Order: sequence, then structure tokens, then C-alpha cells
Amino acid sequence: MEAELDTVNDADGDQFLTFILADEEYGVDILRVQEIKGWGKVTPIPNTPEYIKGVINLRGTIVPIIDLRERFQLETKPYGPTTVVIVLKVVTEERDRIMGIVVDAVSEVYNIAEDELKPPPNFGGVLSVEFIKGLATIDEKMIIALDIDHLLNSDELAVIDTAGGATN
Amino acid sequence: MATILAVDDSASMRKMVAFTLKQAGYDVVEAEDGQKALNAAKGKTFNLVISDVNMPIMDGIQLIKELRTLPNYKFTPILMLTTESGADKKTAGKQAGATGWIVKPFNPDQLLSTVQRVLS
Amino acid sequence: MSIDMSQFHQVFFEESFEGLDSMETGLLELGQGGEDPDLINSIFRAAHSIKGGSGTFGFTAVANFTHVMETLLDEMRDGKREVTTDGVNLLLASVDVVRDMLTAVRDGSSLDEERVGSTQAGLEAMLDSTEEATGTEEGQAKIAPAAGWQIVFKPLPHLMQTGNDPARMFRELAQLGDLETEVDLTELPPLEDLTPEECYLSWKLSLHGEATREQVEEIFEWVDGDCELNINPLQPGSAKNEDTPEIQDEVPEKTKNTQAVSDPAASKNSTTTQKSPARAKSGGDSGSIRVGIEKVDALINMVGELVITQSMLSQIGEDVEEFDQASFERLRDGLQDLERNTRELQESVMRIRMLPISFSFNRFPRLVHDLSSKLGKKVELKLSGEGTELDKTVLEKIGDPLVHLVRNSMDHGIETPDQRVAKGKSETGILHLNAYHQGGNIVIEIEDDGAGFNREKITAKARERGVIGENETLSDEEIDQLIFEPGFSTADEISDMSGRGVGMDVVRRNIIDLGGTVEVTSRPGEGTTFTIRLPLTLAILDGQLVRVGNETYVVPLVSIVESLQIRDEQINTVSGRAQVYKLRDDYIPIINMHDAFSIQERHGEYADGLLVVVEGNGQKAGFVVDDLLGQQQVVIKSLETNYKRVKGVSGATILGDGTVALIVDVAGLIRLSRKKSNSTLRSVA
Repeated sequence: MEAELDTVNDADGDQFLTFILADEEYGVDILRVQEIKGWGKVTPIPNTPEYIKGVINLRGTIVPIIDLRERFQLETKPYGPTTVVIVLKVVTEERDRIMGIVVDAVSEVYNIAEDELKPPPNFGGVLSVEFIKGLATIDEKMIIALDIDHLLNSDELAVIDTAGGATN
Repeated sequence: MATILAVDDSASMRKMVAFTLKQAGYDVVEAEDGQKALNAAKGKTFNLVISDVNMPIMDGIQLIKELRTLPNYKFTPILMLTTESGADKKTAGKQAGATGWIVKPFNPDQLLSTVQRVLS
Repeated sequence: MSIDMSQFHQVFFEESFEGLDSMETGLLELGQGGEDPDLINSIFRAAHSIKGGSGTFGFTAVANFTHVMETLLDEMRDGKREVTTDGVNLLLASVDVVRDMLTAVRDGSSLDEERVGSTQAGLEAMLDSTEEATGTEEGQAKIAPAAGWQIVFKPLPHLMQTGNDPARMFRELAQLGDLETEVDLTELPPLEDLTPEECYLSWKLSLHGEATREQVEEIFEWVDGDCELNINPLQPGSAKNEDTPEIQDEVPEKTKNTQAVSDPAASKNSTTTQKSPARAKSGGDSGSIRVGIEKVDALINMVGELVITQSMLSQIGEDVEEFDQASFERLRDGLQDLERNTRELQESVMRIRMLPISFSFNRFPRLVHDLSSKLGKKVELKLSGEGTELDKTVLEKIGDPLVHLVRNSMDHGIETPDQRVAKGKSETGILHLNAYHQGGNIVIEIEDDGAGFNREKITAKARERGVIGENETLSDEEIDQLIFEPGFSTADEISDMSGRGVGMDVVRRNIIDLGGTVEVTSRPGEGTTFTIRLPLTLAILDGQLVRVGNETYVVPLVSIVESLQIRDEQINTVSGRAQVYKLRDDYIPIINMHDAFSIQERHGEYADGLLVVVEGNGQKAGFVVDDLLGQQQVVIKSLETNYKRVKGVSGATILGDGTVALIVDVAGLIRLSRKKSNSTLRSVA
């Protein structure tokens, strides 16, 4: 299913697609959003961290799916009808990768100008500041703008992987 | 615009010649040996023939001889592509009826100026 | 106008390498006594082409080098020089040098300049030894330009028939200065006797200005021999001069240099100034493919059929208001056609990447020739099945392993002529390379009639290295397989032919990486045969689908030995940890895929499961699965594109229902499972 997006038009700035995760609203650069799919069957991959649910077939390409709730170690929630997979283009040094993130629901598209993004305080723990581009306030809501490239960088995943290897 | 028949069994040379001349606005037909060139020449009358000498099936000298027997090609300029050490080839070529020669290696400008010289 | 020549470079490189190959084949034939003039001529032509092209495209050092080769070949084809073994060998060495030079230019790789220099010197020395006085330099004194030139130009009647036109030449002269022309009609016959194709006119020309004699002569260069030409200086201040001087001045024939060879020092320098492309490509890997036009036509036909089937199917969807039996059958037929079209299209496309193995086999005549003289052995190379096709990438990667095996056969297999005669064999050993299709694979056999394996020596060496136990006895086949163990070489000296015993295991590793297998059988005293099996293509796999828990996995068919129902009583536990299954006389380790892949759902006890006996890297193991599903050809999709390499998994595929199934890396899983069982205690289910 493809979601219809309402865009709030503004003069300058980047557009962000926002989504809900455990009652928080996060945003990703809309230029990185390739498509939005409903949640479907995923093939699990052995010996990978819990938050990597597995891979799916996206028109012939194998795409890994990451559950951000588990990634951020939030309380897990069973997948429901609004559960959605956002397919993103992740840019790394060597090449571009396609990855999907599971979120509770998709919200809006907002224009956020550079100066509207405030630097985040150090949350500590899993939500490292590297993953966050900044915080913005829109309509009295706080939006956490994510840096996909750092968040979904496979080096990151590999680092977590070796740490989590002992679970076997 | 004038039409030119470019003959050489070396694809890279042939293409370079064809490209250079096409850029200058000439129509160019390529042939990879003397026999194919002769066939092409029989089908269409070219304003100029440029041919390498050493080719399989039919070499340049033979090609020139054959061309000169065709009524349309009695006075057509035919240029040989020769190397500087091929003195005997020049003689043989002239005896066969060649107009002149272009010495290899040549750069595109040299090729063009010679062609323009002959076709003006 | 400046034209970017680099667009022609790739074509030039391709055709030059082909030319070098044909030169090599020709020279080898020549070396075996074939003094066929056509052969020498074709070798000459190839060198000539490369020389011409490299000169044109600015690869001066290559042009200079090949020029010397060409000169030598020219003498041979003119009969001025005898074709000798030394000459052929020197030319063969030169072919190698040119290959290196062209590769260096194309890829920016390093070049052994010394070798270039010494080979070129060798060629020149050979030329010099019978060379007469070389052509003299042009000794044209630059004549100071007079006030101009008086030119008497009398074409011979046939001049026009060379395509030369006096009017054109006069136009060119006019560009050098002020030109006055006076035509002489005295030779003109009456109209009825006139042959329009002949030239009866002659001219007196006065060219005023500062043009040099060379410039004037150049304009008449082409018609030398087709006319009478007198060029004399105009007296300064003189106007048109009617007098023609007595002295006949021939346009001097430009004397040519027969030795246009630059000395080695110069060629060394010029190599560095050559344009070399920035990219550094891995050896021999070309980004383009030559495809026979029949293959492309076949492809076009298949696509055409596919389009027809597709429109037929969509029409069924449109026309029909209600779906009745007839339209159902049409639909089914249409789908069958679609399946057939798709399959044919797939096969057709894969065939495009296929090239005959001759591309790889072609290097062996030369290799065997060189090695036999180096080793002092007589070897006859037989090639069969050169037309057998395989995937381009596999072809490129199988080259080195094949070379290694051939070297091995020549070095260790085939004996010296004396040894052979002593054994009652013929002096000349036979090395046979054979290729053919079998099943979905290509089989390559390398067979020699040499000494075969010295099994005692191998066994002793294996014991010495601890590869096998002191008291372990092995069957003949098992001993033969030992040569693939790392660090294994029974050569008494380390010959640099086949390497230092790092050879065989690397060869096997390379072949396995290509998805293939290699085996050896030996008949002591009689010979040895290596058999390589490779898949025809890397992208497709014949797989056995298995169900483990709720997931479907694909096990490569080529790795499956057999599948059987698990019988509880055959399961044994070793050291309280690892489990083994007794299969006839062997105990094979059991790998529980649920554990290996950390799958939670488990369906019942072992007894309900199936054991898929697999072999990876020479080791057997049994995978416990819940069910065997069908067998099918699967397309291998990469996990690494968007994710990364996962141990125990060699890739993924998309099943008919659109879901993803992981492909098991058999050898990897065996390794992984062994590591796990070594590190943790496992509970028996």
C-alpha cells in the first residue's frame, strides 16, 4: 500500500517525512524515502541482532528490514494495521544501499529549515547524537530529525553484531 | 557533400579515419578489405578512396588496379595509406594507378588537409 | 580541429591483442617447419597493423618496437632472410614484450623496461647481422629561395588517370605565391583524334615569392614519374621567362630510412611520456564482450515471442466478460507459452555471456612450447572440445588454475625423454586438455601420460606433516586427494615452475570459489588425470528447497550427497556434545539447522525430521531439516548489496510466491557449526 502524503509547503528548507514511534515523532529526509510499504512477511537472517527482522523482496532486490523500536530498545509493540515499512536509500562511502525501517505509523511531510533544527542534548544510551540531525518544533510538537546514513550504516550494524554475537 | 570510401583492415584506424572525415562533413563508407571496398565502389560512386595497402583477401594495390578498370573511377583520386618504409609500395601503387599517398602515422589534421587538398 | 583519439583506443587495444595472439599462433606453426609464405605474410600484416595503429594513436614506443619486428618479418616474407628457430623464438619473445607494453599503456601498470630494451636490441642485432648499408639520411640542402621558381610541367598522357588534376596542383602552387601560367598547346591533336582521357597539355609556370624548392616539389610529389618536371630558380627581378634551361632536373626521390629504429634509450624515455589511462584494471578483465550476431538475433526472436504471448494473455483478460472453461484453458495455454518463452529467453541471455573455452586453451600451445624447452622434456599438447562454452567470468577465473595444473603435469608428471624411453614409453609425452558439457556443468580434464603419483612418497610426506596419523592407512583415492592439502609438495627441490607447494590447495580453493569441484586420479607409471567441474553460470543454482521450522531454505544440489529419514538409533553422541549419525560405515556430524540458524520453532523430535547429507570442502555432514520441498533452479540474489555477508549463507533467492529464501553455504555452515559446538555445550533435543 502506498500512503498519500500531505505536504506543508514552506519557502525554504528540507522536507522531512515524519513517523510515529512509541508516541514520539521522528523525521527522515524525504529525498531518501524511496517508498512506503505495508508490513509483510520477512525472511529472518540467522545470527543477526534482534532489531534486524530479516529481508524482503522489493521487486527483485533483497532489502533488509530494521525495527527501530528494537533498535532504540523501546518497548516492543505487536505489528498492527498501521504498521508501516519506510524504504530508504542509505548513502555510505562505497555505495548506496536500500533498507527498510518498521515504524508505527507515518505522519506528515514538513518543511524544516536549517536554522529550525536545534542541536540535540545528549540522550545517552542507544540514541546516540550521531543519529540525530537535530530537533525541531512544528505545531508545538517536537520532531526528532534522524540522520539515516549514520543510523543505518552497516558498519554500525556490524559493530553491534560482534557485541551481540555472544547471544548464540 | 563529397563521399569517401575508407578501406583498412584495422578497425581502430578505419574508425579514426571515418570519424575525422565525418566530423568535417564528408560522407564516409568503411570497408575492411579490398574485396568489400570494390563491391561498395561498384554500388556507389565515391569522390575519393583512401585505402591501406596491407589487407587480407584483396590488398590495396590490387584494389587500386581493379578500381581503375571501372568507368566511374578512371579519374577518381585514390590515396594509399603507407608507412614511411614502404617505398616499393609507393611505386607499386603508382603503377597500379594511385593518385598519391598519406604516410602513417598521421594525425587527423594531416589527414583532413590532404583530403581537402584533393577534393577541392 | 582537435579530435579526441582516446575513443578509438579500446578498439585498437582489442584488435592489437587479437593480432598478437594470431602472431603467436602463426610463429609457433612457423617454428614447427611451416614455411608457408601466406603464414609469414599474415604474421607480418599483424605486426604492421599494430605498428601503424600505435603510431597513429601516439604510442610511440610500441610503434618503434613493432617497427623492428616488422622489418625482420618483412625480410622473412621477401625471402631475404631465412626463417630460423632463433628468429622465431626472438619474435615470440617480442610478442610477449608488445603485450606487456600495450597492457602497460592501457592499464597504467608497470613495465619491465629492461626487457623491452634488451629484446629490441636483440631484434636489431639480428637485423644488423645481415644488413647492408642502411638508407642514407636525406641530404637535401636547403636551397635559399630565389625570387621564385620557373616550372616547366609536362604531364605524360595518362596523368589524369591517376586521379591527379593539374588544376588542383596549380591551385596549391598559387597558395605559395603569385603564379603565372602559360599553357602549351602544341601537342594537342585535332578533335577527331582526341582521346578525352589523356592529357596533351603542358605548362610553363612562374611562381613569384618566397616559396622554397621543397614546397614546390611537394606539390608535385605524387606525380613523380607521371610527368616531366623542371624546376629552376627565377632570376631576381625577372619577369616571365620563356627560356627553358637545358639541364633536366628530376624531382629528387626522397631516400627512405630503412632503419627508422630509435635506440633503446630513447624508447625507454618515450614510454614514460605515453598517455596511460588512469584506471588500474585487474589482469585480463575486459568490460566488454564480443557476441556472435546469431546470439543477438536469437535473443531478438525470443523477445518477440514474449511480446506476442504477453499481448495474447492480456487479451484474454480484456475480451472475456465471464470466465468460462474455454477462456480458462486459453489462459492456461498462454501461461505455458509464457513459461516456455521466459525459459528460452533466460537460456538465450545466459548464452550471451558464454564464450568458448578456446579463449583459455589458446595460451597453452605457447606455454607448453616454452616449458618443454625449459624443462628439457618433449611434450605434445592435444586440445579437444575447445568449442565448449562457459560463462565469461568463469572463463576468466579458471585460466590461472588451469595454467597451474598444466605446469604441474609438465613439471612433476611427464618424465624426461630418457626416463620415458627407459620405461618403454615414447620419448614425447602427451598432455591432453579436454572440455565438454555434462549435466549443467562444464567438465575440464587435464590428462598426462607421465609418471603418475608416487603414493609412498605422498603418504610419507603427509605423515611427516601430520596431515594423517602415523598408523592411518588410506585408500589410493584418498592418498591422491592429499595433494590438495596446503603446504604439500613432494618436489625434492622447489622448482619455480609449479610454485612452492602453495599451488594445489590454492587451485582447489579457486575452483571451489567458482562453485566447482576438482578431483584427481592417478595411475602410477601411466599418468594422472585432473577433472574440474564448473557450473555453467554463476548466477543460477540448482537447489533443493528444505523447510526448517517455518522458513524455507535452499541447499545447493551439487553439495547434496543423499537424503534420508532419520532413524533414532543411528544417532550417537560423542563426548557428550557433538552428535553424529551412523551412515553405513561412516560417522558424520549432525548439524541441527534450528540451532545453527537460531530458529525458535521446532517441529517435533529428530525422528520426525530428515537428514540431508551434504559435502562441503571435502567434509561430510548431515543437516537436520523438517521437510524436503521441491527442487528448482533458483536465481542467486546478493545479500551483500543492501546488507552484508552472513556466515553460513551464500545468498538469497526469491521464490515463486515472492518471498525470500536464504541459500545455505554448505562449507560455511559446517565450519560455523563446528565452532559453535566447540565453544558451548549443546543440549541434545
